[in-house]
Amino acid sequence: MKTIEVLGHGCNNCKRLEANARKAVTSTEVEAEIRHITDDAEIMTYGILSTPGLVIDGSVVSYGRVPSAGDIATWLRGG
Amino acid sequence: MTTLAVRRTPLPLPLIVGLATAAWIVAWFANQPVADWLVFDVLRLEQGSQVGETMAFFLEDAPKVLLLLTGIVTIVSFLRSFVSPVRVRNALSGRGVLPGSVAAAGFGVITPFCSCSAVPLFIGFVEAGVPLGVTFAFLVASPMVNEVAIVLLWGLSGPGITAAYIGAGLVVAIVSGLIIGRLGLERYVEDYVWKVRARSAVVEIRPTMDERVRDAWRSTVDIIRRVWPFVVVGIAIGALIHGLVPTDLVVAIGGKDNPLAVPALVALGVPLYSNAAGTIPIVEALLGKGLPLGSALAFMMAVTALSLPEMVILRRVMKPQLLAVFVTVVATGILLVGYGFNIFLT
Repeated sequence: MKTIEVLGHGCNNCKRLEANARKAVTSTEVEAEIRHITDDAEIMTYGILSTPGLVIDGSVVSYGRVPSAGDIATWLRGG
Repeated sequence: MTTLAVRRTPLPLPLIVGLATAAWIVAWFANQPVADWLVFDVLRLEQGSQVGETMAFFLEDAPKVLLLLTGIVTIVSFLRSFVSPVRVRNALSGRGVLPGSVAAAGFGVITPFCSCSAVPLFIGFVEAGVPLGVTFAFLVASPMVNEVAIVLLWGLSGPGITAAYIGAGLVVAIVSGLIIGRLGLERYVEDYVWKVRARSAVVEIRPTMDERVRDAWRSTVDIIRRVWPFVVVGIAIGALIHGLVPTDLVVAIGGKDNPLAVPALVALGVPLYSNAAGTIPIVEALLGKGLPLGSALAFMMAVTALSLPEMVILRRVMKPQLLAVFVTVVATGILLVGYGFNIFLT
């Protein structure tokens, strides 16, 4: 079971990122829970400076850009 | 796994970029002949007639500006992927207020700014010890001097007015930063901001060349999709103003003899946020009809730098007092730019 966290305030990019993460989960059939974090203080504990951010199992894998579903799938498989 | 099997083989990246560049160049040079042909041969409008010239102006300028936007925004987005906010922050945290504000205003121009990133940036800067004034210089410059506004200004009004806009924008940002820094308003930052501590230092993630190009193109498509209707409508209104609105009227209402023109235009600019794309063509047409440069600059700056949605977002990290100071200082700066240009440039 993996945890995927999308960090952002619900702007367009964050929504696209969440959609891509869902696609990646479906295509890889990895068991994962997706959470969308919108609280500023909580987002900042990850130390990112630009949103949206993507966190898999507690570590930041991307921020400030919207990775494709393919990229996310690779990260989900990778570890 | 089937999704992987059906994935088409992508063309090599340099080839795609080369083809796109070639297509852009062809479109750029075909634009004027095609517009002329449409207006004077297909629609059979008379050359030199009011209607014909207005139509030709519109059909030439709208594609021209959209092409410019597509090209420049792609290049800027690509170059921006090399400027990491983390490095910007580190460069700013060790500086005094004056050099810091100057550097911050400069960085504000090149760093991406979307109002949804304003909060993490603000907290991240403050947390790293970037002085409040320097952070504000950044927050003012970033939305004001942005590539969409610059491309539109350059494409429609030429380099002189573009330079005046950028220069005045930077001065407003730097001076706002210096003033806010002097006022010592740290206690009006929301308290939780000071307590935030990152669990871990930010990892620098460097995208691959492929990702940089893809991201740049995707964000360009995103921006163009959002602004093109405003550009087209703005240029259409601009074309009508060229043809219909009498110069005397513009001079009487917006001219320097009307002392209320500048504040009225600034107030009008605030709700027009994110419509820089639509307002600049109109302002350009009004400039042609005798609107003084100062009034025009003040209006455009109000459109880009002061916006309600951004204030709502910034309210999350600032107490109302600080937000009020921010708005007052920036608005005063814009008013001074407006009056200054109107008085000294005519």
